[in-house]
Amino acid sequence: MNGFPTTAQPNVLAQRLEGPSPAVAVAKDLARRGTMIAPISIIIGALFWGTDGAVSVALGLGIVVVNFLLAAAMLGWAARISLAVMAGAALFGFLIRLGLITVVVLLVRNEPWVELVPLGLSLIISHLGLLFWEMRFVSASLAFPGLKPPANERRIVVEQPETGNVQQQEQT
Amino acid sequence: MSTLSQVAALAAEATDTAADDLKNANAATGAGFAYGLAAIGPGIGIGYLVGQAVQAMARQPESAGQVQTTMFLGIAFTEALALIGFVVFILLKFV
Repeated sequence: MNGFPTTAQPNVLAQRLEGPSPAVAVAKDLARRGTMIAPISIIIGALFWGTDGAVSVALGLGIVVVNFLLAAAMLGWAARISLAVMAGAALFGFLIRLGLITVVVLLVRNEPWVELVPLGLSLIISHLGLLFWEMRFVSASLAFPGLKPPANERRIVVEQPETGNVQQQEQT
Repeated sequence: MSTLSQVAALAAEATDTAADDLKNANAATGAGFAYGLAAIGPGIGIGYLVGQAVQAMARQPESAGQVQTTMFLGIAFTEALALIGFVVFILLKFV
């Protein structure tokens, strides 16, 4: 009667996500893949730019992996508080992490052991390469939101339309 | 005659210095624009992406895990654009 709603509406932005963060799982998997490709990347850097190139490639790869882990940690921490804080953490996290990368590169750019070209190339190539590699596994199955499950745990969920029963089958 | 040649040499040196300064200024301006413009687009993209993801999570909390995974990968892909701009900035400015 007075123009105000009579039932309390839940504030969707105050909702929070419980449980382990899928972003952290994805970032840890990205870090694991980063350590897998590190020796090959460092050897390629050493072949083209010598020892300085190898160190610069390792630095670039380290920056990318730390960037992923930091982004996931911020999102996972903020999601446990509320969705609004998570949105803020994603946006301000972008600024903070870009600033951190800039500061790190500007601090080391005059060091004698830094080659800027392999450093820049490793930043871009490892960032995109790891993401595309991870994306293949994340998009493998909608039944597993985080990561592609190991082969022995893979199942296909089949729902029987007549009975509504749900069965799990081994994926071939 | 020698005075004239000295003046000409000084003028040529000043012209070279001015050309170098102009080149450096243009490089710095270009690098600044590259970094600044490259950061604006991903900023808008991440804002839109996160807004839609929060809306999806609020509407369907049961699919929050999938949405959060997709959001994280989307943020990382969008951030790659800013990284490319940053590398262009570094290469233009310092190499």
